[in-house]
Amino acid sequence: MEAVKQMTNWDVEKIRKDFPVLSQTVNGQPLVYLDNGASSQVPQSVIDRTSKYLAEEHSNIHRGVHYLSQHATTAYEAAREKVKRFINAPDVKECIFVRGTTEGVNLVAFSYGRKFIGEGDEILVSQMEHHSNIIPWQMIAEEKGATIRVIPMNERGELIIDEYENMLNERTKMVAVTHVSNSLGTVNPVKEMIATAHKFGVPVCVDAAQSVPHFPVDVQDLDCDFFIFSGHKMFGPTGSGVMYGKRKWLDQMPPYQTGGGMIRTVSFEKTTFAPIPDKFEAGTPAIAAGIGLGAAIDYINAIDFEAAAAYEHELLEYATERLGDIPEVKIIGTAAEKASVLSFTIEGIHPHDIGTILDQQGIAIRAGHHCAQPVMEFYDVPATARASFAFYNTKEEVDKLADAVQKVIEVFA
Amino acid sequence: MSELSDLYQEVILEHNKNPRNFREIEDADQYADGKNPLCGDALRVYLKMDGEVVGDVAFKGSGCAISKASASMMTQAVKGKTKAEAEAIFGEFHAMVTGELDAETQENDLGKLKIFAGVLEFPARVKCASLSWHTLNAALKGEDVVSTE
Repeated sequence: MEAVKQMTNWDVEKIRKDFPVLSQTVNGQPLVYLDNGASSQVPQSVIDRTSKYLAEEHSNIHRGVHYLSQHATTAYEAAREKVKRFINAPDVKECIFVRGTTEGVNLVAFSYGRKFIGEGDEILVSQMEHHSNIIPWQMIAEEKGATIRVIPMNERGELIIDEYENMLNERTKMVAVTHVSNSLGTVNPVKEMIATAHKFGVPVCVDAAQSVPHFPVDVQDLDCDFFIFSGHKMFGPTGSGVMYGKRKWLDQMPPYQTGGGMIRTVSFEKTTFAPIPDKFEAGTPAIAAGIGLGAAIDYINAIDFEAAAAYEHELLEYATERLGDIPEVKIIGTAAEKASVLSFTIEGIHPHDIGTILDQQGIAIRAGHHCAQPVMEFYDVPATARASFAFYNTKEEVDKLADAVQKVIEVFA
Repeated sequence: MSELSDLYQEVILEHNKNPRNFREIEDADQYADGKNPLCGDALRVYLKMDGEVVGDVAFKGSGCAISKASASMMTQAVKGKTKAEAEAIFGEFHAMVTGELDAETQENDLGKLKIFAGVLEFPARVKCASLSWHTLNAALKGEDVVSTE
């Protein structure tokens, strides 16, 4: 229990008051929300900002000459500016708003893929990718006659970097890799992987859905070509997300969706497209969600995010220790570098039964394959139970989780 | 925890631990595969017909306690029944776990299977209880794959 005594100086009770959802009871018990990897909760400031938009500013953007439209446009573009600073993008125009990480990966796969991937080319994805960073690449590979190759991992759930380096060659046209694994919690050494890929002139697409909520990121430091994340996993609303791409790629890539708002001129003979970011933002976007994402970034900037990350890490270590002390529990994913995610199985008890019994005690976890069936196959399990933490979770909640897991074992004894 | 004990009753836990007819039937007339792609539950139901009567029925596969216990109790419930009777029980079971039949107050032939009425309180788990039944129904109809989601 050493970890507990050394808990970082982080006023979790004060932080919890910012998140109204956390104060409720579920099944007669105080809610213990440990499904942050699926969706994190939303602070009051994000709720207020989104409400303000809907109550006072709602209008379509980028076209109206009237007061409200100009106001909405300003607010939406201010959110884009916040995104730029949040990830340290060189240029705000390189930050494309999308509905979420899934849409962002589809955008890159189909737009980049149609232009740059051809027959016989290779796309590298890792063994631990979420389905949304596998299937879009499979689809474009099938369309183009390219091949998907899988960067392997070891038993701890760490990518085998030596093998990755050997897989890169002149046919490689993309490396698609997750920053933090949603099913294992592994933090991948993406900066080094990007540097290696660039030696071969290969761009790298980073799935950052699970990293941006947990530690500060810098796309210029990483030197990634594409960097994609969702608002709803970083204390913002669903329907918001960002695809950052280097201008040198975005300028050359064809539009992904077409329609209103992304053109320069249209005639029946020929359409010319607007420059980025508009080229990739056809149709009316999720304006309220985008503004809400901006407010979520404001929230993250207002807290001590470095301290939050340190606190969360100690929470993860404490949870690993508590659950690790239960002989029937097997922890899936034991990488040296981990963030926020604790996946586990209990011998003889299906994760869905674990999930239901925990829910009855007010504890929300995820049970299932986490949209990462290749990971489940690797560990030869049908599913896992997953607790995923945020900086508003507490040590007491970890204790409740451990006690509830004990109860599960008793029910099935 | 009261609702919980409604779902994880002793009988269900016992069937989960020692599922009945948990085996292959090598000379089965028909089998069908049931899959729930959302949770990964997968089972195969084997049928050996004796004319119009279910002579033998068994299952294999992996799933949660609810799906396993439900499959186990299903095999007990339909063995020796005619095809029409088995289909009728499927209909009643399906109606019960989807809330269309109140097994306590409305007439039915569910017997021990009434224990699964508790699943109604757990909407996410209704499919666990009904997967084996949908799979049996497919096998009775001569279809080989069924998917619930």
